[in-house]
Amino acid sequence: MARTLEQENRRLKWTMIAPAVVFIGLMVVFPLAYTAWLSLTDAFGAVNADTRFLGLTNYTDALGDTRRFWPAVGRTFVFTVAAVVLELVLGMALAMLLRRPFRGMRWMRTILMVPLLATPVAVGVVWMLILDPTVGIANAILGLVGIPPQPFLGSVAQSLPTLILIDVWQWTPMMTLLLLAGLTTLPEEPEEAALVDGASAWQRFRLVTLPMLGTTIVTALVLRSVDALKTFDLIYATKGAGGGSSYEAETLNVYAYGITFDYSEYGLAAAVLVLFTVLIIGIVVVLRLRSEKAGS
Amino acid sequence: MLRRRDVLRTAGVGALAGLAGCARSGDGPDGDLRLVLANHVWGNAIRKRVGEFEDLAHRRVVISTMTADQVSSTYNVKLNASAPDIDVMMYRPLQEQLLFARNGWLADLTDLVVGDAEYDWADVQEGARERVTTEGRVFGVPIVTERSALYYRRDLVPDGPPTTLEELFSTAERLHDPASDMIGFAGRGQRNFAVSQFSSYLYSFGGDFIVDGRSGIATPEALAAYEYYGRLLREAGPLGVTNMSLEQITPIFAQGKVAFVIDADSVYTNFVDPKTSLVGDRTGFAPFPAGPAGSRPYNIASWGLAVNAFSPRRDAAWQFLRWASSPATVLAMQRDGIPGARTSAWQNPDAGAGFPPDLAASMAAGTATGVPRDRPDVVQVGRARDIVGRPMVAAILGEDFVAEARDTSDEFDDFLVRDARQRQI
Repeated sequence: MARTLEQENRRLKWTMIAPAVVFIGLMVVFPLAYTAWLSLTDAFGAVNADTRFLGLTNYTDALGDTRRFWPAVGRTFVFTVAAVVLELVLGMALAMLLRRPFRGMRWMRTILMVPLLATPVAVGVVWMLILDPTVGIANAILGLVGIPPQPFLGSVAQSLPTLILIDVWQWTPMMTLLLLAGLTTLPEEPEEAALVDGASAWQRFRLVTLPMLGTTIVTALVLRSVDALKTFDLIYATKGAGGGSSYEAETLNVYAYGITFDYSEYGLAAAVLVLFTVLIIGIVVVLRLRSEKAGS
Repeated sequence: MLRRRDVLRTAGVGALAGLAGCARSGDGPDGDLRLVLANHVWGNAIRKRVGEFEDLAHRRVVISTMTADQVSSTYNVKLNASAPDIDVMMYRPLQEQLLFARNGWLADLTDLVVGDAEYDWADVQEGARERVTTEGRVFGVPIVTERSALYYRRDLVPDGPPTTLEELFSTAERLHDPASDMIGFAGRGQRNFAVSQFSSYLYSFGGDFIVDGRSGIATPEALAAYEYYGRLLREAGPLGVTNMSLEQITPIFAQGKVAFVIDADSVYTNFVDPKTSLVGDRTGFAPFPAGPAGSRPYNIASWGLAVNAFSPRRDAAWQFLRWASSPATVLAMQRDGIPGARTSAWQNPDAGAGFPPDLAASMAAGTATGVPRDRPDVVQVGRARDIVGRPMVAAILGEDFVAEARDTSDEFDDFLVRDARQRQI
């Protein structure tokens, strides 16, 4: 029986998307499903070793761990919220400054890109040299103005704030570029109308520019938040396994890495990663819902 | 003039030939021998000599070098996937042997080492042989030995280095003057990395991590060792010491800002290399200072070579191990300042010429009185180091390390019970 054109089209459609489906299945679905399966077992040492089915024990162990897991959750949130908020504020300020054309604008934008081009591990190593309490240049500069040497990354109290500032240094330019792209698409008439009506610069920014930039801000927030939540290389390069001697900079990613590679406890590590994935998805959903609510 | 089609045809044939060549030299039992080495003085030294093996074996050697942590992670990722693209593995027997042997990742070398008279397995130091042997099976060959040694600035202590831990503390405290850019003592303070160095203090105070199969970290001897190490680093150590390991200690000593360091003697070249050190000509070496139980530094086979059980080139890999740890190569490396694990090399008067005389004396002293381990002897070494390192960090930070040690000791006992169940291979 001859196929109809519609059947032929449907067949062709599936043939065309099959490579993508297979690729996603192999690269996304299988690893996720395998991780979920591992999280229900006592996998230890080697993932292909004999394992026992444990049910939800790894999840209850992780959720009951007040020494490492919950503090890591807290630090992940503190790091993400503090870094992203600072990057948003500074990025917005820089974007507003760079909004109008000026002499040397191209140079300025290129220089802004420099931190973005460096890999986080290289950034971490360079900042470690700068902030070295004994031979680093940061303490030498502080000494010139009479401030005693600081331990920076060598201190339990200063480690996380220092890492947040390094993250801000590296990623504020990205926030600036995203917001700048949004600003250039805004119509100028509403702002000009506000200017004619006598609105001050702050009023024009708060009541006109900011609301119009809402979608761009939410997009930038989602992108940076997901990235900041996953930060690993910078923390591992500067603080090592466990996020420092008192776990002072251990975020969920660093914790999961430690259980996987230092402890070889793949079952528990998989459970932590599943919980972490759920957390990230939850945050993205909340941000999207808020964005849609604001948009409507 | 060449036509476009000719050019394309030539390029195509060339590409195919290239691919075939790659396949021939890279894969299969006759392919290149792939080594994963740690960024360590032994790895740097063997790299210079590897041409000798290539000539002998008529086989190309491809070396990947990475940090010790990266080496471990690489093995975890690749061998979990039964990857055949690593042939020779540089590894830390004390850190990884039990786990890797349990996982079936290391080829069994027992018959090869024992049945080879020329290789002379009995010439390898007994403690080092034991370290690469699990349940009677040999899974690696030791290549580097090391002990704790005291590195000191000769110009700052003209009367000679301290010989006891109390003397070390008082001298370091006296010299400690951060405002004048002088640190009395620098040692590892990072929870996990410091455990191996702390072990020498623990043994010299009469303690051990595990005593009769149970936690030994809350015994009076261990508490005294924690207290001493914490006090030494807190009162005479650099700012931010709990974030410091060998990578941070070496440059500040090399810049002339530290009077004393205690670390592994096998890496001494990093401290005195005239290209990087301002004080190499003023650096002296001394045995680990004595504590209440004497001078009892660790004396270990810190690095070994093993063969990946999934490699299709296991025979060639063994040939490399055989060559790299042969009496002749070990002697030659020892002359270059790399302390090996062969008795014949240590007994050879020429071999000592590779080391400064005071370092050679320190090594001999450490070998005589040392303890053949520097971390808990368990399967899950990473977790064990984290546990026993916690009271040490508390002591450095001036916190209640006694309460921490008691709390941690209970956790360590539970850990040891679980770990014992995982020992079978």
